[in-house]
Amino acid sequence: MKKTRRDFLGLTGRLGLAAATLASGLFSRIAFAVDTRPAFEATSLKEALAAIGVTEHQDSTEIILKAPDIAENGAVVPVEVTSKLPGTRSITLLVEKNPHQLSAEFEIPEGTEAFIATRLKVAETSNVLAVVKTDAGVFHAAKVVKVTLGGCGG
Amino acid sequence: MPDPMRIRAVMMGDVVDVKILMSHVMETGQRKNADGDLVPAHYITEVTATCKGKTVMKAGWGPSVSKNPYFSFRFKGGAKGDKLSITWKDTAGGTRTDEVTIN
Repeated sequence: MKKTRRDFLGLTGRLGLAAATLASGLFSRIAFAVDTRPAFEATSLKEALAAIGVTEHQDSTEIILKAPDIAENGAVVPVEVTSKLPGTRSITLLVEKNPHQLSAEFEIPEGTEAFIATRLKVAETSNVLAVVKTDAGVFHAAKVVKVTLGGCGG
Repeated sequence: MPDPMRIRAVMMGDVVDVKILMSHVMETGQRKNADGDLVPAHYITEVTATCKGKTVMKAGWGPSVSKNPYFSFRFKGGAKGDKLSITWKDTAGGTRTDEVTIN
């Protein structure tokens, strides 16, 4: 089993890289979430960000990321994001230590508040990132969620 | 046909507060069953919300959204009595649309 898993991971990794290269070439810097399905196959944070068209991003205190400090059950981790940045276009959630970092992307059309709340699977203790695309660039906020029980089973 | 969603859409001042609970396995494709075989991936990839013909939310999901997903968002431009429609699509070609009245 170990061998096949390694083969599989290696394959998806290569595919993801190819997809990331393709995506960064085809889409503009601010590409929309739903058009970037290959980004969900990325196996590193850098790759995942590149696949959604993010190359540079700054830390921002205007993004409020709410997640528990300690999650007893990694299969159900509540995450809430509010962006106070003007011109917020989308909110993306990533979990650094998951097999695939990209979790969910939310497009915020005009008139919709820059707020989302959902629940994510977090495989192990990891940084959870909220990446916010705005008219003025890309910003992020991060928080460490400590998982005491695995999230893979969910 | 998959189980219906449970949707609540309530006016909070001039903002509509939406809370959704979907019924879905959200299988990651990484998990093994009792026989050691991989359980194939089966998860929601797309969620859209429309109110009066306007898309008020569009989300793209991966397998790491929790089983039986909870999703909440807020939008302006809705009023009491308006219809809000939510649709999801999954990796197996499944889809479901539910509608609620904002109150």
